[in-house]
Amino acid sequence: MAVIQIVFILVAVVTIISAGMVVSVRSMVHAALWLVLALLGVAALFALLQVRFFPVVQVLVYIGAIATLIIVAVMLTRQVMQDVGSQLNSNWWLAAFVSVTLFIGMVWALSNWPGMMTTTRAVPPGGEDIVAFGKALTDPAGFVIPFEVASVLLLGALIGAIFLATERKEKQG
Amino acid sequence: MIPLSWYLIFSTALFCVGLFGVLARKNAIGILMGVELMLNAVNLNLLAFWSYLYAAQMNGLVFVAIVFITASAEVAVGLALIISVYRCRRIVVADEMTELRG
Repeated sequence: MAVIQIVFILVAVVTIISAGMVVSVRSMVHAALWLVLALLGVAALFALLQVRFFPVVQVLVYIGAIATLIIVAVMLTRQVMQDVGSQLNSNWWLAAFVSVTLFIGMVWALSNWPGMMTTTRAVPPGGEDIVAFGKALTDPAGFVIPFEVASVLLLGALIGAIFLATERKEKQG
Repeated sequence: MIPLSWYLIFSTALFCVGLFGVLARKNAIGILMGVELMLNAVNLNLLAFWSYLYAAQMNGLVFVAIVFITASAEVAVGLALIISVYRCRRIVVADEMTELRG
């Protein structure tokens, strides 16, 4: 077994265990910290795919921004959700059944696909062509419309989040 | 070399763990964490297919970038909603958010 396979298995096991802790651990702050570890594991798997751009984006956007935002939100809403009692609702066994059934069904469906054991990669050894990616994002014949729509979506989310989270005192009186 | 199947099975497992979190968590922020895990699994799946089969085209990378942007917008608006509900009603449990029941 090659070294890269051992690295993959180690990272995958750590990521799955920390993802399991995210959905099952009692304290929400601990769940947010396990989420950081799971996101870091996914970033390492991106790097193992010989992609150079997206591991950096994963660390910057997910761990740097989203995980920090989630930790701040957990701390802001802390005192009502005291870490006692069950953190799972009463139908958790149904959720577990649905998840396990979906996993078995997806693996069974994938195992019938002939391209499953592909080991040769189409990506060049030096990683993706980041210049071509940037040009495709701004090319009018390429993806400039999804790119612009995404920037408008981010602007809308920014304004919407400010509008929702602002305290409006004149209406509460 | 690592076969493509390892990536696909791993991302399926991560997706199902996230789905369990979305369905079973009481806390609304816990539900959002489950959604994050599911989006990460989808991103890993897209990048695996791109890297093994379609590296000559840019479609896969653009799709992953759009998923990143949508995930950050979703988290910003979702957490703003949760904090807004918390400020008015002092709850973060999704089962108790029954204001719109009619």
